[in-house]
Amino acid sequence: MEIGPIYRALMRNRLGVILIAAQIAFTLTVIVNAVYIINDRGELMARPSGTDEANLFFINNIGYGDTYNEAVVSAEDLDMIRQLPGVTAATIINAIPVSGSGSSTGMATVAGRIEGVVPTAVYTVDEQALSTLGVELVAGRDFTATDVRYRNDSIARGDNEIIITVAMAEALFPGEGMQAVGRTIYDVNQNASVIIGLVARLQAPWPQSSFVENSMLIPEVYIDNSAIYLVRTEPGQRDRLMVEVEERLAASGHSRILRNNRSLEERRAESYRIDSAMSTILVAVIGTLMFITAMGIVGLAVFSINRRRKQIGTRRALGATRPDILRYFLLENLLISTVGVVAGAVLAIAFNLFLVQNFDMSRIDWYYAPAGMVVLLILGQLAVIGPAISATRISPALATRSI
Amino acid sequence: MFLYYIRLSLLSYKRNPVLSSLMVLAIAIGVGAYMVIFTLNYVMGGDPIPHKSSQLYHVQFDYGDPAFTDFEPPPQLTYIDATALLQATVEHPRSASSKFVAVLEPPGEELRPFYVNGRGNAADFFPMFDIPFQYGGGWDRRADDTQQLVVVLSNELNERLFGGANSVGQTIVMDGLNFTVSGVLDRWSPAPKYFDVNNGAFDPMEEAYIPWSLIVGQEMRRSGNTNCWKAFEGNSFQAFLNAECAWIQFWVELNTADEHAEYLNFINNYAAEQKQLGRMPMQIEKRLYDVNEWMILNEVQPDETRILTALAAMLLAVCLLNTVGLLLSKFLGKSSEIGVRLALGAHKRSLFTQHVIEAGVIGALGGILGLGVAALGLEGIRILLGDMMTNDWMQLDLRVTFITILLAIVSTILAGMYPIWRACNINPASHLKTQ
Repeated sequence: MEIGPIYRALMRNRLGVILIAAQIAFTLTVIVNAVYIINDRGELMARPSGTDEANLFFINNIGYGDTYNEAVVSAEDLDMIRQLPGVTAATIINAIPVSGSGSSTGMATVAGRIEGVVPTAVYTVDEQALSTLGVELVAGRDFTATDVRYRNDSIARGDNEIIITVAMAEALFPGEGMQAVGRTIYDVNQNASVIIGLVARLQAPWPQSSFVENSMLIPEVYIDNSAIYLVRTEPGQRDRLMVEVEERLAASGHSRILRNNRSLEERRAESYRIDSAMSTILVAVIGTLMFITAMGIVGLAVFSINRRRKQIGTRRALGATRPDILRYFLLENLLISTVGVVAGAVLAIAFNLFLVQNFDMSRIDWYYAPAGMVVLLILGQLAVIGPAISATRISPALATRSI
Repeated sequence: MFLYYIRLSLLSYKRNPVLSSLMVLAIAIGVGAYMVIFTLNYVMGGDPIPHKSSQLYHVQFDYGDPAFTDFEPPPQLTYIDATALLQATVEHPRSASSKFVAVLEPPGEELRPFYVNGRGNAADFFPMFDIPFQYGGGWDRRADDTQQLVVVLSNELNERLFGGANSVGQTIVMDGLNFTVSGVLDRWSPAPKYFDVNNGAFDPMEEAYIPWSLIVGQEMRRSGNTNCWKAFEGNSFQAFLNAECAWIQFWVELNTADEHAEYLNFINNYAAEQKQLGRMPMQIEKRLYDVNEWMILNEVQPDETRILTALAAMLLAVCLLNTVGLLLSKFLGKSSEIGVRLALGAHKRSLFTQHVIEAGVIGALGGILGLGVAALGLEGIRILLGDMMTNDWMQLDLRVTFITILLAIVSTILAGMYPIWRACNINPASHLKTQ
């Protein structure tokens, strides 16, 4: 085998080896951790909100002036919207899932007890909430029109009936979440809330929060001249209806301001914008690093081949075939790269530990480092193949020239 | 001689264009990427008001209830405490502040009513934070006390309402109330938005500023964070004001160590009194934070930029290792030329100078190209983030430009040290033979 001579030749040019190996090591460290972060964020962004996002949009409606009567106007508006062809359902809601802003509270199983309070998002909605959101009712019953109460800041919320997510029921009643229907829980003001239904999934407005799967729906319309209409459409009708609904609301003659006419998809993309930006930046970093490292390998390979033209010629003159020469350089690169990826694997895991310690991140799965090692070994071989082929073209006659 | 060496290095560049361009590219990418992250860090982790950051303090109280698990005291004050501190703090500049939204009915017929994001703050707010005015000014403490209907407009809002003209003395209608314009701000968007980081430290600035006392006095529609940890006693607006709900920022300016000590003492006594009354059951270690401490406590600098800093440093390291290798190839490729020069009696020192300059020239070219890379990178990040944060600052300023080029030149010369040393120490005889 040629490993012996290759090894001894390398030991005479330690710096070249160190340079390439160190580059590979750093590259591996960055790639492994960057890919891990990208996957991590990808999983975060892939979590379903539980709603029929593709067919939902919302619009903020703010009334002003002494003559504006929100209870009347919103009833009128919702009637109009629900009758539009292409609209499946519509509701008035206080906050939009995964939008970043909303209202939260804590619920307890015993009135007045603070320990073990379960944090949750609060959605105040009317009777069309479930059919509008497109969430799946898995136990109990849906709201009816008679459940819905209207209140303003001088009327207390009082005791009420609510629908919560299965995740929240499980947090309140560990192990018997599915049997939560009919049970009573209490808010911070000790109002009693009877659970009348469970929905499979409905995320809170804050995708980063620790209780993102805990949501509670209250059949209540809060009158403060500011409302959000959430509209569900038949597939493909959303964009047309967004324009139509806004135009019709604007034309209805009340003194109002319409804002934030957005689809849920768009709003979701905004909420995850930092995560997707981070992923894009990391992809760019990985691409750049692989390019730079490959160029570095090419550069040093060309250099070392040029320095050894005469030796190569001599080997050819002594009977080495072209594949022999090619194999020599591929093997040489493999040796250097192996040193690099082994060092890199150690460094990558160390860097991951640093991330785990300083940021809210978990350990990398075991297969990341080996996968990265294989990728970089292949990258090294591909980078060196060009210079190595040009080395095989060195004429044996070179050995006899000069000296 | 210097110019001659520069000419030589340009000649050398031309003789080996691929290798040299690779080097320039590697340095440009490494330095450019690093400077993108440097700019992000320099602003996001930097001091937003360097000449005053150690004189401005935010107050933190022992809010919450030990019975809650993982409850961190919210970084704002309750109405009770904010008004108590406003009244008690007479000789130091201080301000309570919180956000509101309102319907603005523009004068004239051309504009339809629209929504504005506003801020309620005390008179001292403007001088405390060195807020620049284009026209007019703020108001005085008397206006705070008497709840005068005055407003300071942002530059943009004044542009929208009055076409950028001096609107001091004009009237605007917000939520049905007639406000008199007392001043118009110059362009002002500090990053981070240090005086209120509750809804994102890089959120857009507010458009209208009114006396904070009006938020309560006129029951304006409040926005921003409100964090409560105890049930209300009653159902009225007054019940909300009396409740344990934090929603107000409170800043005070303390110019000397004595003032700081005295005020800290006052705050500590106040907290002790409240504890005796049964409030503030939590225990916290620190109640006065200066601007930079407050930025750290509120974790203003995103994790993302900190992770990217480490990754960018490694990217730069790879690029420099690359440069070491490429310079080595390049200089040793010139062995015969160096051999001839040594044989003709050239000093090692002049060879050394020549090659340092050659490395420096490559570094400078890399730096200039790196500026382009950095500008592109920042533009890319602006596009990725869209309008979710104020991003006026996301560009190369003179300082960053200077650091970029300097970093490129210095790091290339450092990377070149070993190759240069090798090049200057070749044995001339062995290279003369083959000529």
